[in-house]
Amino acid sequence: MPVLLVAEQALNGLQYGMMLFLMAAGLTLVFGVMGLINLAHGSLYMVGAFACATVAASTGWFWLGLLASLAAAAAAGAIIEVLVIRRLYARDHLDQVLATFALILVFSEGTRWVFGSFPLYLNLPPALSGAVTLPGGLQYPLFRLVIIAVGAAVAVGLWLLISRTRLGIRIRAGEADREMIAALGIDIARLYTVVFALGAALAGLAGALVGSIQSVQVGMGEPVLILAFVVVVIGGIGSIKGALIGAMLVGMTDTLGKALLPGFFAQFMDVSSANTIGASLASMLIYILMAVVLIVRPQGLFGARV
Amino acid sequence: MTNRSYLTCGVAAVVMMLGSTAVAAPVKVGMITTLSGGGAGLGIDTRDGFMLALKQAGDAASEVEVLIEDDQQKPDVAVQIADKMIQSDQVDLLTGIVWSNLAMAVVPAAVAQGKFYLSTNAAPSALAGSGCDPKYFSVSYQNDNMHETAGAYAKKAGIGKVFIMAPNYPAGQDSLTGFKRFYDEGEITDEVYTQVGQTDYAAEIAQIRNSGADAVFFFLPGGMGIAFMKQYAESGVDIPLIGPAFSFSQDILPAAGDAALGVMNGANWSKDLDNEANATFVEGFQAEYDRLPSLYAAQGYDTANLLLSAMSKADITDADAFRAALAEADFDSVRGKFSFGPNQHPIQDFYIREVVKEGDVLTNKIVEPVLTDHADAYAGECSM
Amino acid sequence: MGQAFTRETWINLLIFTVLVAVAVFAHLSGQGFTVTLATKAAIFALAGVGLNLALGYGGMISFGHAAFFGIGGYACGILASHAANGTPIFAFLAGSNNMLVIWPIAMIASGLAALVIGALSQRTSGVYFIMVTLAFAQMIFYFAISWPRYGGEDGLSFYVRNNFPVMNTFAPIQYFAICATLLALALIATAVITQSRYGLALQAVRQNSQRSKAVGIRPYAVLLTAFVLSGMITGLAGALYADLNRFVSPTMLSWHMSGEIMVFVILGGVGRLCGPVAGAGIYILLEHVLGGVSEYWQALLGLMLLVIVLFAPGGLIGLLSGRKRHA
Repeated sequence: MPVLLVAEQALNGLQYGMMLFLMAAGLTLVFGVMGLINLAHGSLYMVGAFACATVAASTGWFWLGLLASLAAAAAAGAIIEVLVIRRLYARDHLDQVLATFALILVFSEGTRWVFGSFPLYLNLPPALSGAVTLPGGLQYPLFRLVIIAVGAAVAVGLWLLISRTRLGIRIRAGEADREMIAALGIDIARLYTVVFALGAALAGLAGALVGSIQSVQVGMGEPVLILAFVVVVIGGIGSIKGALIGAMLVGMTDTLGKALLPGFFAQFMDVSSANTIGASLASMLIYILMAVVLIVRPQGLFGARV
Repeated sequence: MTNRSYLTCGVAAVVMMLGSTAVAAPVKVGMITTLSGGGAGLGIDTRDGFMLALKQAGDAASEVEVLIEDDQQKPDVAVQIADKMIQSDQVDLLTGIVWSNLAMAVVPAAVAQGKFYLSTNAAPSALAGSGCDPKYFSVSYQNDNMHETAGAYAKKAGIGKVFIMAPNYPAGQDSLTGFKRFYDEGEITDEVYTQVGQTDYAAEIAQIRNSGADAVFFFLPGGMGIAFMKQYAESGVDIPLIGPAFSFSQDILPAAGDAALGVMNGANWSKDLDNEANATFVEGFQAEYDRLPSLYAAQGYDTANLLLSAMSKADITDADAFRAALAEADFDSVRGKFSFGPNQHPIQDFYIREVVKEGDVLTNKIVEPVLTDHADAYAGECSM
Repeated sequence: MGQAFTRETWINLLIFTVLVAVAVFAHLSGQGFTVTLATKAAIFALAGVGLNLALGYGGMISFGHAAFFGIGGYACGILASHAANGTPIFAFLAGSNNMLVIWPIAMIASGLAALVIGALSQRTSGVYFIMVTLAFAQMIFYFAISWPRYGGEDGLSFYVRNNFPVMNTFAPIQYFAICATLLALALIATAVITQSRYGLALQAVRQNSQRSKAVGIRPYAVLLTAFVLSGMITGLAGALYADLNRFVSPTMLSWHMSGEIMVFVILGGVGRLCGPVAGAGIYILLEHVLGGVSEYWQALLGLMLLVIVLFAPGGLIGLLSGRKRHA
């Protein structure tokens, strides 16, 4: 395997991981603070992508589309938090799973109703399209580098938010002791809405970024949602650091597994069965990773509670 | 979930041409096609082409009733719709499936239950060879054909090394087999199977970048092809692409954008094919739907016209006579020359097309014919 | 809660009778497709009965039961296709098209899967358990998609429904009779299990794991047993579903399927023995009534579910009380 190819696949894994981190960060925040399992997180990803595609197409400004994705997903998040999610905090997980599963159905069909069944495609602005040559002579698409940069910036931003701001203190207090924070006179309902909208905005941003290089269609959030769950389970529920490390692990494992396993098996069997076995094993690899982590640490790498 | 349209035109009994006064017995058609999801464009074009032919036929189509249902590109949904259409709606004939995996799940069971199946698109090798059936006709092609054309072109153009890629399902395997059947002198650098419905091709593009190939042959129908082409354009890899018509059909080009310009692709039809039926079709389609027709629309249109030609000669209740009437292929195809081989798959010409811009619309124009009077590789295995 | 109140028993009998009556009436009025729909409802109900054992009686929120449904389906499909082309499965195992052979194999295969998944998942609890069962089901789903031997993404068609002694399985009403009988047996088995000593232990563990340890119950073993039994029943449903369509594909393993099996259980009300039967019946009815009215019936279904969860919590909350994480 040539060095440049491995380097490019590693960058692909990193980009994939950053996208998963954007998704998992919101999931893990909402779970850590409110103890809520939200299956509709993938729908917020879809909302962000559709908002970006619509605004970018009608105004011609891609940047405006990105802002719209943040705004639309945050708004959608705040609305469902007030209407539905709020009633679920005191319920058990079964109710949460069902209600948010129901939300997926409503979101998906609602989107289909508004936008139709055809996928939408975004065009990148000239400033972000094409490839750049990295040190060492590797050519790599600029926009994928942008996704990596955005993910890194969000990671730093979240860390600053949680460790350095008043909102961050409240979030940490909320994770530690829900009853206490209400006793301190903090408007807990508003805090929850804000946290939920923040997680939704991150999912929406992920949807817009990924939609820009793939396609924007109903159901696009579902495969990503499940991977984000895997990330959260590996990283430990409620931990932003865990979400980041888990996302990197999953992104790298998946990409490098798909890239390297068929070649590895080809060393000692014929090419076509090596491709078959390699591809099958590669598609299961992240779940095997998850199982191993759970056997060693049932609460995930950085999880506190079980 | 359901998307039904009933089409009933006038009620008058029709006096046919040629002085014969045969009255077509009514035929109930069940169309199962993809109207939602990433592959919706293909099914919508299939449906619109089929319905356009019925509309243009006027009274001759008065005895055709069409039920249309959306298979969502899911084999299990297609199976359930077929069961419903056969058991509950009692259709005489099924048609419309776009995807080979759905066809494999539906067609063998449908013909086993005595229903005709006319394929507007999918034609997997399993149904062309040993699995052929008297009640099954492919009006489109056999899956390998477009890829054979691309292979023949690559060989003719003297391309030395090719990277080939397709999704991991029967039509994908057929495609790479077909390409290699005619590209038999050069070197295949890599043979890559991707996941069906995959949307990110970063890893495959990295392999292409590293392959040292002179050309990339890829078969990625529907949304898969668009995603790949957009990402390929962004990647800085500049190895020329060749492919079957599916990756560059009229439904895909607007979304793929300029990334597709100049690509060579193999096809059995193009909107600039010079014959009267095609001119009528392209003009009529644009007038009716306000967009350019795709290959799928053309094949849907031909399928409806074939059905009408058979109805004018025989009753569908007399299966043997109806089958013989279908096999004559006595209709004006938009492809010009058109006849059926012994396995009831088409014998037709294949061309290489190039993606060009007309004004600011991307479309295809014919460069040259590559394979003439071409049948398929499986006809010999069919014993009917 | 599964205790045989007479009223409860009557309701259960009524629900089951309605299902059978619909099928018989449709058969007599010559509507073969409606019989097929009733059969589908009976099979989905059976899958729900399986999940109900883990979810309703054991309090284990499994979001991965599609794994067992799909494994049962694939066991049926693989055996049938090998029987059709006369090749052995692993050089020595023959295929089979006899339902009496297929069913036990489907149940054993899904039971083994439930044993492995359950053993790993039981190490976690609460929300981890939900996510982990979901993830394991996805793992099997992706394996099925990428393993081309049995059709991969395309699934596996076997064209001919399997055989059952002295019956014509092709006749819709006869196949319905087979599925409805198995459903009745599963319901009786569930009633017996939940009222046995083991069933009492299971309820004790669900209500208070710590306290049950004090009286000598081993929660891990008790819960794992329920999970395996649950997987086996759902696996049997999978085999029947594969035979209904004569087709099996990875869709049966997808997480949407897991969600739907949950919906069957909830729609009818958790904790009712025949809850899944009512739920699956309502679901199929909605699908075909609303599906005819609107293309967007899933949205209506979603709204209905929301209303049930938010405003009719009696069926759910009562069942899983004592599991609230925070009030």
